[in-house]
Amino acid sequence: MTALSIRNLQKTYANGVVALKGIDLDVQQGDFFALLGPNGAGKSTVIGIICSLVNKSGGTVQVFGHDLDSDPGAVKQSIGLVPQEFNFNQFEPLEEIAANQAGYYGVERKEAFRRAEICLRQLDLWDKHREMARSLSGGMKRRLMIARALVHQPRLLILDEPTAGVDVEIRHAMWDLLREINRQGTTIILTTHYLEEAERLCRHIGIINQGEIIEQTSLAKFLGRLGAESFELNLRHPLAGFADQSVGGFALRQLDDLTLEVEVTKGQSINSLFAMLSERGIEVMGMRSAQNRLEQLFMDVVSGGGPGE
Amino acid sequence: MNNRSLNRIAFQTIFTKEVLRFMRIWIQTVVPPGITTALYFIIFGNLIGERIGEMEGYSYVEFIVPGLILMSVITSSYSNVVSSFYFSKFGHHIEELLVSPVPDWVILAGYVCGGVARGVVVGIIVTLVSLIFADVNIHSYLLTLAVFVLTSILFALAGFINAIYANSFDDISIVPTFVLTPLTYLGGIFYSIQMLPEFWQTLSLANPVLYMVNAFRYGILGVSDINLGVAFAIILLFIVVLTAFSLSLLQRGVGIKS
Repeated sequence: MTALSIRNLQKTYANGVVALKGIDLDVQQGDFFALLGPNGAGKSTVIGIICSLVNKSGGTVQVFGHDLDSDPGAVKQSIGLVPQEFNFNQFEPLEEIAANQAGYYGVERKEAFRRAEICLRQLDLWDKHREMARSLSGGMKRRLMIARALVHQPRLLILDEPTAGVDVEIRHAMWDLLREINRQGTTIILTTHYLEEAERLCRHIGIINQGEIIEQTSLAKFLGRLGAESFELNLRHPLAGFADQSVGGFALRQLDDLTLEVEVTKGQSINSLFAMLSERGIEVMGMRSAQNRLEQLFMDVVSGGGPGE
Repeated sequence: MNNRSLNRIAFQTIFTKEVLRFMRIWIQTVVPPGITTALYFIIFGNLIGERIGEMEGYSYVEFIVPGLILMSVITSSYSNVVSSFYFSKFGHHIEELLVSPVPDWVILAGYVCGGVARGVVVGIIVTLVSLIFADVNIHSYLLTLAVFVLTSILFALAGFINAIYANSFDDISIVPTFVLTPLTYLGGIFYSIQMLPEFWQTLSLANPVLYMVNAFRYGILGVSDINLGVAFAIILLFIVVLTAFSLSLLQRGVGIKS
């Protein structure tokens, strides 16, 4: 079943800015989908329209088969939104913020507070449930918005840059939580500027640029278009006088005494590289990708070059 | 879940949130009208009022009781909704409601009833203060209550419209300062329009607050400068027009959607 189906979606703001030029987008039920694009590409406008915060100029939006124009109540009931900016009342206690949100979705007061407790515990915020939201740190505020979005148990969770400004530890904890929510059946749409985040979490991606969808595919297929990938190899012993050279078809470049960079093209086996390095007495202690793969492709696509199939 | 129970729960949630909001800051919202009214009674009622003598068969202090109560109700209902709704726009937490399946009319009803609730609380406090200074015997409880509630609804709606159009904190104080306060003070709270020259009497009839104050005064004292039927017709007409206009603004997303 399609969780989200967008057809010919258009938006022109009152000041004449054309934000969306008639986009089509499909997200399947249960998917973890990344909507990517540079600043001002139209990501937040798409999300705003889906969530009824922005009036569309044309086109249709369907969520789990419900049309936004003819059945907005059913569409809204299905969606949980974690917006980019903090948009809760800073002068309300956390517990009330979450419980009130449940109330807006028709959850009785007693049950709303029970669900608020569950969500706040899940996001590790329960020990602050009676505190005013303004007293929270930035990371806690982000988690509060996730807790609030989950309190009515939406089938589609939309997160607009949920980990912006969040430290590494909390970011990883949030990734784990989002994976778990997705595993339990909730469809997730994520926008993010951290492409590593999209690569780690998502199965499908859509790339929007200048109000148009320029790419919509599975992450695996997209990454499969990479012609070559660079890796950095950490060596056990310092390597002196190693001129940049090609070893068995692998282009090697020395970055410093203990680091080599290697370019692995599509079809090359990395095992043969290690065997050849071992024959030369070079012991590799570890390796990492020199550049985020998705980032590399994203830059190509957005700049108009395109990696090609 | 059916729409009826969703609407009921959503309304209760908005209403409860609104009541908790003004009760949380009761020192700013509920106490000041009581103090202001006490000062009016001391200065206008006792000190100056004794020199004025009787007005329409009542002592001056008794004559101004209905107007002072209604003035507090008008100001409280209006300011509760205008400040709460504008603050929710300013802090973007209105988005919590816009993304949810709550219909526009429930949002409007929740905020308006929150304003009426504050009007009721303040009205009770001001009435209790009035009893310290004047001997009040209510002529018609039903009429008094009806005017009280309808006036509160009307000004809560007006506050809602002001909040929708407001783009800054200045915008939510301009209307109360330059429109609401003059209309209220010139609405016959402190005097009977029979005291005015004919031209000013006629001009006063264009002031809607005059009808509310006089209808309320009739409910409490049994005297009025204007016809009760006309007063109720005007109050109800304003409520219908402002409700329709508020719903139209919400439906179009004026001031709250891009």
